[in-house]
Amino acid sequence: SVVQESQEFVEKYEGAIGKGKGRKLYAYKVMMLKKWMKFQRDFENFKTACIPWEMKIKEIESHFGSSVASYFLFLRWMYGINMILFGLTFGLVMVPEALMGMPYGSMPRKTVPRAEEANAMDFAVLWDFGGYAQYSVLFYGYYNSQRTIGWLKFRMPLSYFLVGVGTVAYSYMVVIRTMARNANEDGGGDNNCFNFSWKMFTSWDYLIGNPETADNKFASITTSFKEAILEEQESRKDDNIHLTRFLRVLANFLVLCCLAGSGYLIYFVVRRSQKFALEGLESHTWWERNEVNMVMSLLGMFCPMLFDVISTLENYHPRIALQWQLGRIFALFLGNLYTFIIALMDEINLKREEEEMVKLNMTIWEAGLYNETVGVNSTTPPIAIHPADIPRGPCWETMVGQEFVRLIVSDTMTTYIMLLIGDFLRAVLVRFLNYCWCWDLEAGFPSYSEFDVSGNVLGLIFNQGMIWMGAFYAPCLPALNVLRLHVSMYLQCWAVMCCNVPQERVFKASGSNNFYMAMLLVILFLSTLPAIYTIVSIPPSFDCGPFSGKSRMFDVIQETLESDFPAWFGKVFSYASNPGLVLPFLLLMVLAIYYLQSTSKSYKQANLELKKKLQTVSHDNHVSAIILCAIPALT
Amino acid sequence: MLGHKRFSCNHPSSTFFPLSRLFYRYRDLAPQLVPLDYTGQPDVRLPYELIGSMPELKDNPFRQRIAEVFSEDGEGNMTLDDFLDMFSVLSEMAPRDLKAYYAFKIYDFNNDDFLCKSDLEKTLNKLTRNELTEEEVRMVCDKVIDEADLDNDGRLSLEDFQHMIVRAPDFLSTFHIRI
Repeated sequence: SVVQESQEFVEKYEGAIGKGKGRKLYAYKVMMLKKWMKFQRDFENFKTACIPWEMKIKEIESHFGSSVASYFLFLRWMYGINMILFGLTFGLVMVPEALMGMPYGSMPRKTVPRAEEANAMDFAVLWDFGGYAQYSVLFYGYYNSQRTIGWLKFRMPLSYFLVGVGTVAYSYMVVIRTMARNANEDGGGDNNCFNFSWKMFTSWDYLIGNPETADNKFASITTSFKEAILEEQESRKDDNIHLTRFLRVLANFLVLCCLAGSGYLIYFVVRRSQKFALEGLESHTWWERNEVNMVMSLLGMFCPMLFDVISTLENYHPRIALQWQLGRIFALFLGNLYTFIIALMDEINLKREEEEMVKLNMTIWEAGLYNETVGVNSTTPPIAIHPADIPRGPCWETMVGQEFVRLIVSDTMTTYIMLLIGDFLRAVLVRFLNYCWCWDLEAGFPSYSEFDVSGNVLGLIFNQGMIWMGAFYAPCLPALNVLRLHVSMYLQCWAVMCCNVPQERVFKASGSNNFYMAMLLVILFLSTLPAIYTIVSIPPSFDCGPFSGKSRMFDVIQETLESDFPAWFGKVFSYASNPGLVLPFLLLMVLAIYYLQSTSKSYKQANLELKKKLQTVSHDNHVSAIILCAIPALT
Repeated sequence: MLGHKRFSCNHPSSTFFPLSRLFYRYRDLAPQLVPLDYTGQPDVRLPYELIGSMPELKDNPFRQRIAEVFSEDGEGNMTLDDFLDMFSVLSEMAPRDLKAYYAFKIYDFNNDDFLCKSDLEKTLNKLTRNELTEEEVRMVCDKVIDEADLDNDGRLSLEDFQHMIVRAPDFLSTFHIRI
């Protein structure tokens, strides 16, 4: 009883409670301990308060469950990554050029051509990222190829190159690190041991002293129980296996047909648009001019709905169904991406051909200029021609950057408009038309929309893929993306709380986190591939950008090694880049990976064995307890 | 004024925070009933309604059970001793085993020293404000007994409960009231 415990306690801590010298020191220690615990608690609260949008996400989680909240957690994580990318590109590329580089109007590449000057400030042109927006630090073409700029002797081309490489390297590192961390957390299967018991006895937080917080807590506890119940029910289900398998095969077949159909449609449309381009764009209607973009957007909107309908045949656990859905939409979007890149490659080749012609024309033009001046005066005065009048070469890098920026902007606009119409307008109509409609709009046909986790996650991942692809050619892309994600967070949080209803079957998203990360990793790889290809194999434009005049963009590294580092460093580097050394090194790394993989497998095995042992021990205890109980009954 | 010696014998864990602050909180609930001078060990009990309306307890679905467990008469009417006991056990300095013991008593609605199915059902309904269906409630209670019942008697004894709760990562942080 309590009295007995208190007496034992008193005997134990006599020094503190009774008289004697020990008391003051003990009381002091206890006070310091209490202060330290309070400090730790306050610091934890402060750290939690510093995390942006934490309260918003908690509220969403308590109302909609962990799967919807996982999208917002993903969005916030992406925001963090984009902030770092923004810091890199803004601080190391855009700001130095703006502050220390040659100002606007001093060189041909930094000036709007005379022909375009008239409408360079028009909103329509600026929205399209032409005019003054094109000839600014936002795009590749503005940067000068001078080796050092300003009094700091800032190496601009080197910085540009390294920031490009650094953003990709950082992204890889962050994604892989997060995957590893998630894998570690998932590994602890022990948590399922007392799942329901812990939910029942430790989920209410006795510290809650506020009715609103209490309401949220009740909602979140209820949702959490529903999730756990669903998991339990799903794990117990077993239906007719053959029918299910047949239906699943049928569903996959239908999906493949859809994907093949959409792939062919896109191919057909791209071929037609190339034909139109050859004939001259002016002679066609608006639809024919924008056919490719429109078809891709429409496919992107309607095919996922089709996949959703087909997936009802399959009867999977909601989390597995979500993963299948994500995989299929992923395949669809890959088709879009592939087409986009093909189109871009065609345009790049066109521009490079144009470049050859322009080079030829420029020499003729310059020769003509000299002839005129020499004719007037024997001593040739310096030719003062305004940079806007000098003919300049085409800049395929800026064109690529512009395409990506336009894509991101149109994608963002489409998403927001779909959100406002599909969710908000629909909710308003259902709510207010319900009073004067024949059937119950809220329970029946349109009703309120549910939050589409898969669609939104994929949109986010592909958006990030675009950023990674285009960031090398348009340093403004990470900044644009930060702005877009910031607005998305607030808009979607508001939309979800205002217009959506919780899904009927609420499920846990725990396994999905690594799935999203895996897709992100694949997209990261696929997006950096084209950029790396263009850097390595296509020579940079001769008339624009920080690498103009070089035969390959990575020559800037060679140049830096020769001019900025001592001679012995260059020698060491050339020895190290000898294929005879690099190949064995690569082989060693492959062997190391194989070794680590096999040791980790054996650790997992050992882990499982130990767990099994624990289970048999507790079972033995159980059995002996039963036997012990049975003995009195037997006698 | 408070008779430190007497209190320090019966409330060892309350040497961890100032007694006077708790006493004044107790007194503030009903100043006309609680005298300032406790040396005569007056027999003063505050009715449950006053205890249950404290800001720390009013949003807690288990406040009635908490008051009943710590009150001498088992009805929720608390003397100063009971009041101090309650906040000592629920403070962050109380040992885990002591908290587990009292948690068990709180969730034992019918006071039979076992958490039987009806106790579990009542707990669950209080936690979810009756939002789960009967089917779901039954399923959860069956699962809990499945998980935690070691001696296989269809209900949770104190040992079963303690065995399960001491492993819970959140127990100490949620079974905590700050005053």
